[in-house]
Amino acid sequence: MLAFIIRRLLQALLVMAVMSALVFVGLFVVGDPVSMMASAEATELDREAIRANFGLDKPLWQQYLIFMSHALRLDFGNSFLAGAPAMGLILERMPATMELAIVAMMLSLLVGVPLGIWAGLKPQAISTRSIMTGSVLGFSLPNFWVGLMLIMVFAVQLGWLPASGRGATVKVAGIDLSVFTLDGWSRLILPACTIALAKTALIIRVTRAATREALPMDYIKFARAKGLTWSRILRVHLLKNILIPIVTVGGLEFGQVVAFAVVTETIFAWPGMGKLLLDSIITLDRPVAVAYQILIVFFLVMLNLAVDILYSVLDPRVRLQGAQA
Amino acid sequence: MSAVSPSVVVGPIVAMPPPETPWQRLRREFLANKLAVLGLVLLLLAIAAAVFAPWISPQNPYDIGKLDILDSKLPPGSKSADGAITYWLGTDGQARDLLSAIFYGLRTSLLVGGISVAAALAIGSVVGLAAAYFRGWIDALLMRIVDIQLSFPSILVALILLAIMGKGVDKVIIALIIVQWAYFARAARAAALVERGKEYVEAAQCMALGWRRILARHMLPNCMPPLIVIATIDVAHAIALESTLSFLGVGVPVTEPSLGMLIANGFEFMLSGHYWISFFPGIALALAIVGINLVGDHLRDILNPRNAQ
Repeated sequence: MLAFIIRRLLQALLVMAVMSALVFVGLFVVGDPVSMMASAEATELDREAIRANFGLDKPLWQQYLIFMSHALRLDFGNSFLAGAPAMGLILERMPATMELAIVAMMLSLLVGVPLGIWAGLKPQAISTRSIMTGSVLGFSLPNFWVGLMLIMVFAVQLGWLPASGRGATVKVAGIDLSVFTLDGWSRLILPACTIALAKTALIIRVTRAATREALPMDYIKFARAKGLTWSRILRVHLLKNILIPIVTVGGLEFGQVVAFAVVTETIFAWPGMGKLLLDSIITLDRPVAVAYQILIVFFLVMLNLAVDILYSVLDPRVRLQGAQA
Repeated sequence: MSAVSPSVVVGPIVAMPPPETPWQRLRREFLANKLAVLGLVLLLLAIAAAVFAPWISPQNPYDIGKLDILDSKLPPGSKSADGAITYWLGTDGQARDLLSAIFYGLRTSLLVGGISVAAALAIGSVVGLAAAYFRGWIDALLMRIVDIQLSFPSILVALILLAIMGKGVDKVIIALIIVQWAYFARAARAAALVERGKEYVEAAQCMALGWRRILARHMLPNCMPPLIVIATIDVAHAIALESTLSFLGVGVPVTEPSLGMLIANGFEFMLSGHYWISFFPGIALALAIVGINLVGDHLRDILNPRNAQ
């Protein structure tokens, strides 16, 4: 178990180093960040000063080595534009993104699992057919377009909900959260639904497949032969067994939700870290883009690891092996 | 394959001629599902609109000189200022006829989706087959690269790549190939590993055929069905990704709007009630993707041996 975790972490370090190098070199090729920072009237002397100030006058490989040696001490440099530490800027935005992602994921699990079980229990029913057709629509509709249409209906035409921004927040354990205020929910619900629509479709399909696989199994037959009620069989016997694929898919999708937050956050002007990444790419703010990459790789690796460990907890038959990685 | 390996070695193939060819069975089972047929119709309509766009569009949306700024943001069904064209779906902020823009936009979207998936399929199959055939360190190396690639959400990789390369249809295609080949490599390897243990491969090896020939002529055709299903569904994925990237402003150039960019252009006018500029391109995009997904979904059901009766 320990060997497995260590292996994974080493792999993560390697990926973080490779990705940061790629982004570093890539954004270097794109353009000169000094042109973004200096005002139009800046003399060549001013530009030189800026360059020296940020260490941009050194050759690229030296810049990268300096960056890496600082990164090992968890110092990712200052944002070219904001002047503040890059990682601090991202971490400041992180709660907003996480809050949105978690609410969206909860929403899709709450809707998707019951519908999926229903579809698995009654494969021929008309209700099942409409659920399955709906799920094809759910992941076919382009995510950003769904967001726009929700804004159009609920913010523009009906005027029920605000179209953008994050609502009032409450500090809980030092983190600003908006799920505890009504205003927060009114602004959270549209972006969360946008993300949840596609994910619900996926959860429905996974749950249905797992249910159909589990139903003919002997333990279900035995439970029925014992005379247990259907509700108990569903809650205890079926749900426990179909939980494994749902947790796996749900966990991996959570990573996708955080990554795709770029799109939703742009539409709803949600002040999360995805929006920050897009802005930093457009403005060539290299430290922020690289720090974001490192953070997201770390996050994804941790998420995968957590899913794998949870997997072995849920299903004692699964043994984690160092060789499998 | 039968030309090379004598049927005596293969054996059971000679038993019982099948009542219908695989293609006939595929067609019969496919047409039996109404939703799949609906998907196919949608897909064919989208392809037809894309291919014949220059002939069926009322207007060439790329020709800036033909656009009349007085006609901008007209609601659906309006007549143009000179009365020559009826804008059935309205016009956008630059006075483009939306119907024409959608036809041309479908062209870009399907082109990008089709080419990038075909290329990714080709690259992925080669990598996957090679990994499965040679095993050892080649397999380990290739699959580690695939693992790393797949551990990254496609949108992030594509975003970074396009930030580096800049805008352009060709660049979007390159970015999409890079984010997609790994899926095919993994699927091809899994299929090839199964095929590799079969006797016909052993027979081909006994005949001292070169590895290129064994891979290309013997193993590849047998690995294709699952790959084709993945490719079908992946075209939908690629189109959605392209439109998302264009929506974010890093995809196709402004002069050749794809559906994603049309939707993005409409975004700024939506809050003032001009809903149609975003609405109709989105519907077109959704119908194309739904069509592809329905077809792919059903193909998978038919071709999956576990579902075969």
